[in-house]
Amino acid sequence: MVMDELGGRDTSPNGARKLAALPPRFEAWFAGRGWRPRAHQLTMVQAAEAGEHALLIAPTGGGKTLAGFLPSLIALSQGERTQRLHTLYISPLKALGVDVHRNLEQPIAEMGLDIRVETRSGDTSAAKKDRQRRLPPDILITTPEQLALFCAWEGSAELFGGLSTVILDEIHVLSGNKRGDLLSLGLARLQALSPKLRRVGLSATVADPPGLLGWLTPRGRGGRLILGEPGAPPVIEVLRSRHPTPWSGFTARHAMVEVYEAIAAARTALVFVNTRFQAELAFQMLWEVNGDNLPIALHHGSLAPEQRRKVEAAVARGELRAVVCTSTLDLGIDWGGVDLVVQLAAPKGSARLIQRIGRANHRLDQASRALLTPAHRFEVLECEAARAAVLAGELDDARPRSGALDMLAQHMMGRACASPFDPAEFYDEVASAGPYQGLPRSDFDRVLDFVASGGYALKAYDRFHRIVRDRAGLYRARTAEIVRRHRMNVGAIVDTPMLNIRMGVRRGGTWTAGRKLGEMEESFVEHLSAGDSFLFAGKVLTLQGVAGTDALVTPAPPGVEAKLPSWGGSKFAISTSLAKRVRNMIADRTVWSDFPEDVQAWLQVQAQRSLIPAEDEMLVEIFPQARKTYLVAYPFDGRHCHAALCQLLARRLERLGRAPLGFVANDFGLAVWTFAPLDGLDLNALFEEDMLGDDLDTWLAESFMMKRAFRTCAVLSGLIEQRRPGGARSGREITFSTDLIYDTLRRHQSDHLLLDCAQRETLGDTLDIDRLGRLLKRIQGRIRLRRLDRVSPFAAPVLMEIGREPILGAAEDAILRENAADLVRDAMRLDPITP
Amino acid sequence: MKPASRSCAMVRAGDAELGLAPSGALWSAKDRVLVMADLHLEKGSSYAARGQLIPPYDTAATLERLEAEVAAFAPEQLIFLGDSFHDPLGPARLLAEYRDRLAKLARLCDLVWVAGNHDSEGLDGLPGRTCVEIASPDLIFRHAADPCSDLEGRVEVSGHYHPCAKVSSRGRGVRRRCFALDGNRLILPAFGAYTGGLNILDPAFAAVLRQPVQVFALGRDAVIALDPKALRPD
Repeated sequence: MVMDELGGRDTSPNGARKLAALPPRFEAWFAGRGWRPRAHQLTMVQAAEAGEHALLIAPTGGGKTLAGFLPSLIALSQGERTQRLHTLYISPLKALGVDVHRNLEQPIAEMGLDIRVETRSGDTSAAKKDRQRRLPPDILITTPEQLALFCAWEGSAELFGGLSTVILDEIHVLSGNKRGDLLSLGLARLQALSPKLRRVGLSATVADPPGLLGWLTPRGRGGRLILGEPGAPPVIEVLRSRHPTPWSGFTARHAMVEVYEAIAAARTALVFVNTRFQAELAFQMLWEVNGDNLPIALHHGSLAPEQRRKVEAAVARGELRAVVCTSTLDLGIDWGGVDLVVQLAAPKGSARLIQRIGRANHRLDQASRALLTPAHRFEVLECEAARAAVLAGELDDARPRSGALDMLAQHMMGRACASPFDPAEFYDEVASAGPYQGLPRSDFDRVLDFVASGGYALKAYDRFHRIVRDRAGLYRARTAEIVRRHRMNVGAIVDTPMLNIRMGVRRGGTWTAGRKLGEMEESFVEHLSAGDSFLFAGKVLTLQGVAGTDALVTPAPPGVEAKLPSWGGSKFAISTSLAKRVRNMIADRTVWSDFPEDVQAWLQVQAQRSLIPAEDEMLVEIFPQARKTYLVAYPFDGRHCHAALCQLLARRLERLGRAPLGFVANDFGLAVWTFAPLDGLDLNALFEEDMLGDDLDTWLAESFMMKRAFRTCAVLSGLIEQRRPGGARSGREITFSTDLIYDTLRRHQSDHLLLDCAQRETLGDTLDIDRLGRLLKRIQGRIRLRRLDRVSPFAAPVLMEIGREPILGAAEDAILRENAADLVRDAMRLDPITP
Repeated sequence: MKPASRSCAMVRAGDAELGLAPSGALWSAKDRVLVMADLHLEKGSSYAARGQLIPPYDTAATLERLEAEVAAFAPEQLIFLGDSFHDPLGPARLLAEYRDRLAKLARLCDLVWVAGNHDSEGLDGLPGRTCVEIASPDLIFRHAADPCSDLEGRVEVSGHYHPCAKVSSRGRGVRRRCFALDGNRLILPAFGAYTGGLNILDPAFAAVLRQPVQVFALGRDAVIALDPKALRPD
């Protein structure tokens, strides 16, 4: 929040003054800065006077945060205060809270208001936290995790008894996931402690405003939706490279010089990529062409926090020309100097793109500039689709989700830690929380049984219940030790097993750990052997060995090439709405002329050699290639959905005796291959919706995904402790024991609550099985089959995904390139025209 | 040979010929002795007593596998190499049903409970006899390998360390329980359902086993001898 953003030169056509007048002191402050309050800021004050919950959606730079605080500042300045907390502000990022605090102090000081604002996070000292409990500030700025901790504290009723307002900033990030589930339960708790509490949500990008308002308000009722005036529309360009558009890949190496030129022409650019590995690679590639030695830096979640802070401070001081970054910079403090956002490889969703574009030109009246850089030809279509979606103001579909039961279990234990509770009352409270509306009482009771006894059919733990019912019928924590240990494990974030990346120092023949460069998933390091080189923190490093939780590295000798591992972060799948736009663009030949020439040629040869499907059709191609038969389908429905479909198709083909050899998927299509020709297949039967039954269940039960989800649920529900008195458990220790528990539970009590939780999470969040269901429904009776004599232009990029092993050494790389060349030649070769 | 023993890996150690079963049990056909290490019975309830309510099915799961092995090999003697219970109070928490199942086993063969470090306080009321170690002409059984002891030509069979081996290829790591043998000392994997493991490359093993160490990983249906060069740390 730069100060420019707090108010604004009044641009409102409808004359904001009609709405309400601010107290003279506030009017004078706005006037003194040459501003007038914006309409939405005044509407927020009005909503507060009416005691209404409010969701404010206003573009970046619209004085949104001030609008959130304004009613509290006014009320506090008019003497509405107690010795208790008045306003609680919650943001998804610690850093954002610190920034907001700093910016809030300015109007408070300038207006001479007697208002005390403090921040509180995991880093806050114990002494300060203690003082905050005894002498609460008027306004407390904090995170969802701290709220969860407060909810498990016996003093919570006293602290929050007079709470007037709770403000949720960047509410679109805080809802729609497990962290949001826990937060919504915390809000319900606050409401119970202070029934007049007003809930306020702030956001710039909301796909489904009424849905989010329903999430925010108790029982989804009431509340006012306030829309800020739209800012200037962004200027979005899809980069047209002078070089040929690649057939596959994710690096956009072909366009790096052009990206560099764009950076050189801008004041400060943020270069967004989708994974940490891509960030490392893009950083490396930009420096290869950085003839002018422009200060270009790197920022992603695996780098050591000190290093990230350094980069952030340098941007704030205007010392950097570009930062290559991941979603770690989607949110966060505002930098006035950024005037260009580059997206490397397709953004995969329009909401993400809007959020990122908003990082440039944080001023309402100036257009943000963005440059989209497709990495391959399908992504040219996808980037065009994303551009059109943003300009049309279309956001990705919001998926309503019901609250996770593991989070309810954690919250319930916390509830018992604060004070004894009556189950019927508590059920009413829980069922008022956004994602838990409509929670059946039977589910609630199942969670209650789980929290108390573990929820086992075998009643072996009667003496060891964590919460017990007293004579008054209230549940309370059985021992103080149980309370203490619960409080150590509050939160919705499960640590993935990580290793520290440290410089290795050789002492007398053995390596010892030196300076820490950052952290990396253990699963990535697993792929490496001592002596292997990889990119990290912008350097080529050689792994020397692993000692405990440290991976010891040394700088690689000059000339050594890094291996190309696919690590880091989730790969986003293309959103449903962007995928639909891409299908439309392919089907509508009138828009093809907007594409680069080589992309047009590619589409035309596809039309000539195979088929361009209509928007509602799915094309399936079957052809021989290199002594195998390939079946390639193009649902355009995202890689997660396709990966699941591949698994299920392969099982089905196996049962039909077709002996599938392998399968591969990307965002646009999927391929399955066999040795024998695939004659006489009934495609409608093959893609029948019923594959989402038993096949799915058997596959899932054995899958790594389920085990990983189970681990998350086991930790979040409190079955397994992430942290214990006497030091944290490393993530790696947890992995092993939850796998054992998963296997045992599956054999002995397959209907256990946590197995259900894990399955729900895998189907919903990981696989997006609803989307697969919709896909199968969409294509029923609309499958167009083409039998070809060789690979098609559409199929070539899909087949190039084959053999993309996690590690591509130099030799494998060469093999891949040769094969790719063959594929392209075959795909684009036109048949002689026969008269 | 009984069906289950067909999948045993046969190894020669000293004068003894030993079968390594995919379950993690050791079979000495000559003496008709079946050996298991580190059952850690009642580990679930041990955690529950401390506030972590992990599923109470570990004892049942371990007993099931144990009974299957006894049915397959029909041993005359069944030796547990210590840490049969996860903590000293484990036997007291054992449900009557499980107690009965142990009694049934004791009618099929002699039960010998070697004392471990977790359960050194004895096993009141359970069938079978307890001891600190037990020897046959070829073999000596104890809980933890003792590199200082004179084996007098015998092969030492022990548990305690829960050895696990890890290998990786094609970008995926696989970690399995394993047997470790250095010629005259054999360390068994842990048999219990909830038992974790210690990587065989951990320095703890170097202190008790001499190189070269042969490593046999437990596969789904077979025991697989691993290439020592392929072993990976965790």
